[in-house]
Amino acid sequence: MSTLAVHDHAGTHHDEHGHEHHHDQSFLSKYVFSMDHKMIAKQFLITGITMAVIAMILSILFRIQLAYPDKTFPLLTTLLGRFAPNGRISPDFYLALVTIHGTIMVFFVLTAGLSGTFANLLIPLQVGARDMASPFMNMLSYWFFFLASVIMLSSFFVQKGPASGGWTIYPPLSALPKAMPGSGEGMTLWLISMVLFVASSLMGGINYVSTVLNMRTKGMDLWKMPLTIWALFLTAILGILAFPVLVAGVVLLIFDRSVGTSFYLSDIVLNGVQQPFEGGSPILFQHLFWFLGHPEVYIVIMPAMGISSEIMSVNSRKPIFGYHAMVYSLIGITVLSFIVWGHHMFVTGMNPFLGGVFMITTLIIAVPSAVKTFNWLATLWRGNIRFTPAMLFAIGMVSFFISGGLTGIFLGNAALDINLHDTYFVVAHFHLVMGSAAIFGMLAGVYHWFPKMFGRMMDEKLGYLHFWLTFICAYLVFFPMHFMGLDGVPRRYYAFTEFASMQKWLTINTFVTWAAIIAALTQFGFLYNFFVSIFKGRKATQNPWESNTLEWTTPVEHLHGNWPGEIPTVYRWPYDYSKPGAEEDYIPQTVPYSQTMSSNVPHDFEDNPAGLEELNKFTSTLKANEQVK
Amino acid sequence: MLLGTNLLMAQTAAAGAAQEEAPKVDWTGVAYYVAIFFLICLGIAIVGKILKIYDLTLKMQGKKGIKWNNIMAVICIIFLLAGLYGSYWSFTEQGSMTLPEAASAHGVKIDEMFTVTTVLTMIVFFVTQILLFTFLFRYRHSDKRRAHFLPHNNTIEKVWTIAPAIVLTILVVFGFFTWQKIMNSENLKDDINIDVTGHQFAWELRYPGKDGVLGPKDFRLVTGANNLGVNFKKKSSFDDLKVDTMYLPVNKSIRLNILAQDVIHSVYMPYFRVQLNAVPGLPTFFKFTPTITTAQMRTKLDDPKFEYTLYCNKICGGSHYNMQKVVRVVTEAEYQSWLSRQKPYLNDALRKELHFATANSEQSGASTNRIALNN
Repeated sequence: MSTLAVHDHAGTHHDEHGHEHHHDQSFLSKYVFSMDHKMIAKQFLITGITMAVIAMILSILFRIQLAYPDKTFPLLTTLLGRFAPNGRISPDFYLALVTIHGTIMVFFVLTAGLSGTFANLLIPLQVGARDMASPFMNMLSYWFFFLASVIMLSSFFVQKGPASGGWTIYPPLSALPKAMPGSGEGMTLWLISMVLFVASSLMGGINYVSTVLNMRTKGMDLWKMPLTIWALFLTAILGILAFPVLVAGVVLLIFDRSVGTSFYLSDIVLNGVQQPFEGGSPILFQHLFWFLGHPEVYIVIMPAMGISSEIMSVNSRKPIFGYHAMVYSLIGITVLSFIVWGHHMFVTGMNPFLGGVFMITTLIIAVPSAVKTFNWLATLWRGNIRFTPAMLFAIGMVSFFISGGLTGIFLGNAALDINLHDTYFVVAHFHLVMGSAAIFGMLAGVYHWFPKMFGRMMDEKLGYLHFWLTFICAYLVFFPMHFMGLDGVPRRYYAFTEFASMQKWLTINTFVTWAAIIAALTQFGFLYNFFVSIFKGRKATQNPWESNTLEWTTPVEHLHGNWPGEIPTVYRWPYDYSKPGAEEDYIPQTVPYSQTMSSNVPHDFEDNPAGLEELNKFTSTLKANEQVK
Repeated sequence: MLLGTNLLMAQTAAAGAAQEEAPKVDWTGVAYYVAIFFLICLGIAIVGKILKIYDLTLKMQGKKGIKWNNIMAVICIIFLLAGLYGSYWSFTEQGSMTLPEAASAHGVKIDEMFTVTTVLTMIVFFVTQILLFTFLFRYRHSDKRRAHFLPHNNTIEKVWTIAPAIVLTILVVFGFFTWQKIMNSENLKDDINIDVTGHQFAWELRYPGKDGVLGPKDFRLVTGANNLGVNFKKKSSFDDLKVDTMYLPVNKSIRLNILAQDVIHSVYMPYFRVQLNAVPGLPTFFKFTPTITTAQMRTKLDDPKFEYTLYCNKICGGSHYNMQKVVRVVTEAEYQSWLSRQKPYLNDALRKELHFATANSEQSGASTNRIALNN
């Protein structure tokens, strides 16, 4: 009882002081163990950017190996020591590079960096909440992520190097420490890191879902939420349902590695020695992995879709075309993404009938994706397009999504997948559709919400340069790879020197590597822009993009609780741009219909008969006035 | 971090000192590249400043400043044109470097479907990208104009939901039946059974003898001489052949019996449109009929050295990139004469191990050769 009483007291205490009152926060509670969603968003973003830079450098390292398989670079030995003896990256370390590049990019950058940043920043601000449902759990979510990142990177410092069985860590390769150096301590660290990562992701996801469902401001019903919120909300649901399955898979793998169970192992002879495993199935791991793994690619792309939808609507000065269709297609993708995982396993020895079924579900998921694409195009049609860097990146996201999405129709077709599986065609496909598209969505978001995060503007011209160089180079890197795949060139090959049929691709590989290097160097322009603008950027106005959504009604200076007074009430959907009859070409969500009589249309009052009557009265008086004239 | 790796490098260098001296870093070269990078950055900064000053002078003259919206719109159009030309170039230049027509019966069907899918998707690709970038140019910002308020249009939305659904249904049905046909082919009596076993980092091939039946395997029976673990309690095992190159008679149904011993590998023969993973503990098979002999393919590709290959396409360890077997498609007569020259799996060493009576001494060379190769 006494604890209850204390708790009550704390509650009233909090209320009395209200949200206007500012406590003097220590450095530690403001910048490090912060429970403010805006600070946590920045923490996620900067950690995500750091991880992205690391993963990008890894990719340049293995691209150098692919372009110059016969040359030695003594500098590599200086930098990497035993991993690159005699100036060449070793085959085992090459595999470690591709593995950690994939892991960091998919999980640490495009899941935590993207969802973590924008769900934290935008959910409370756009639904009108003072903070997340559980700020403490939110803080834990970041620190688990941080810990997971540190552990993942620490695997570079163990004797045999990081995990190197590919980011999909299929056993038995990952389960048998003797199968490759990276399956030793490196793999142990990978598994520990992923368990922590999933814990972080779950804590974040539960917070996002409960905030969206329970803490919306007055008037903000589900159909008035911006598409960013819909996307982040559905992404969080996907994550909550899918990530635990990965933990299950990972825990069984830990048992196989350390306890001597045989969940994934059977009938193994390693280097001529029989292993004591019987009755397990490597395919089981693949099912568990891809049960997460496929929703995961939608976890990566859906926030990018939501962000791009919002940015394209704002900068076209036009409502997003087919708002309801956009939401339903997101819901469709969410549901379908759980029953398509088998398309990663057509040629793994899975029952071919099952392959046929997964092929049907996979191609169905292309329908909502197509609807989204057409709706984006229709949003641009007859718009009044402002080319901010954010807008350009959102457009780039659409372009990549089309290019990469279409090749998915090849790979989702089981019969075609026979020859394309695990080739460079796959590499090209997913780097465009979820790699480049998602990172462009993320960059679009950074450029767009930078003024909200830091109260300053980023430099536009540098943003333009960043966009065009990155956009062009990404196409130069990934477009030719399709043809390598069509020639049967497998991914994860250390060198293409051993096959007469693959040597002709060496010039293309060199070309691709140089395009990748230019793209990577361009990112330093972004980093400069980002970090310098935090301190020296032009001061932002409250609503720099003339946007409708709620986050732009908060003051530029951050305060805990977001709005100084009451949280504003929402009256309309977020996409009233260029509404005929309105004074400005945007009407924020907080403006009631009573103030915009001249621009109201009957459609606005579909479930509000009283409002419709008002409108009819208004139009009839207007007409009467006209007649009098 | 640098210091740490240097230290480690010193250790490895000391260890490897006997082999060769560690190559020296060409620091001037490194400095040269770094200098170029900074020069480019400087150049960009200068251009940026010039643009800023130009923009300011325009504004001082009462004009509107640089019209970035227009510049971006023009770049969009330039990108579209360059992109169209670039993809055309890529399709012709690199497209001609891709695999030739399928050298197997089912592969022809896959190729047909590939063509249909390519045509359909490329139409969508070009139309949508052209629309995207022309819209950007056509509807670039203007102060005099307002965007067209168009929140939705149910008819057109229905059209573009149903249209892709129909196209995809066609592809699904077409693909589903092709897939079923390829994977569910019936086992025929005169199928040629070939045993393909993957291990780090080589493929082992075993052909059945005169009985046409491969003897069963069990991983518990693996020894140095019996590296596949063939069970010699079964009669069918005795005449099995151990083979180095995969010879296939043209136009005969082949059944590859696929298994891995240690980790997952993948049997990949792209010219035949054949791929299936080799999984430890899960025997799988793939049936196909080669239709073009190696000699015919050589003339077709105008490459006298051309060989079909079987290679690993599932990450399996350090030497994954070099795990191949030559595959030769030959006429029936050539095949039979080659087959008659192959050595039995049950060689002298294995006989000794199994305490069987030793056969002719002339066959003893084969096994030691194999072991040497596997290292």
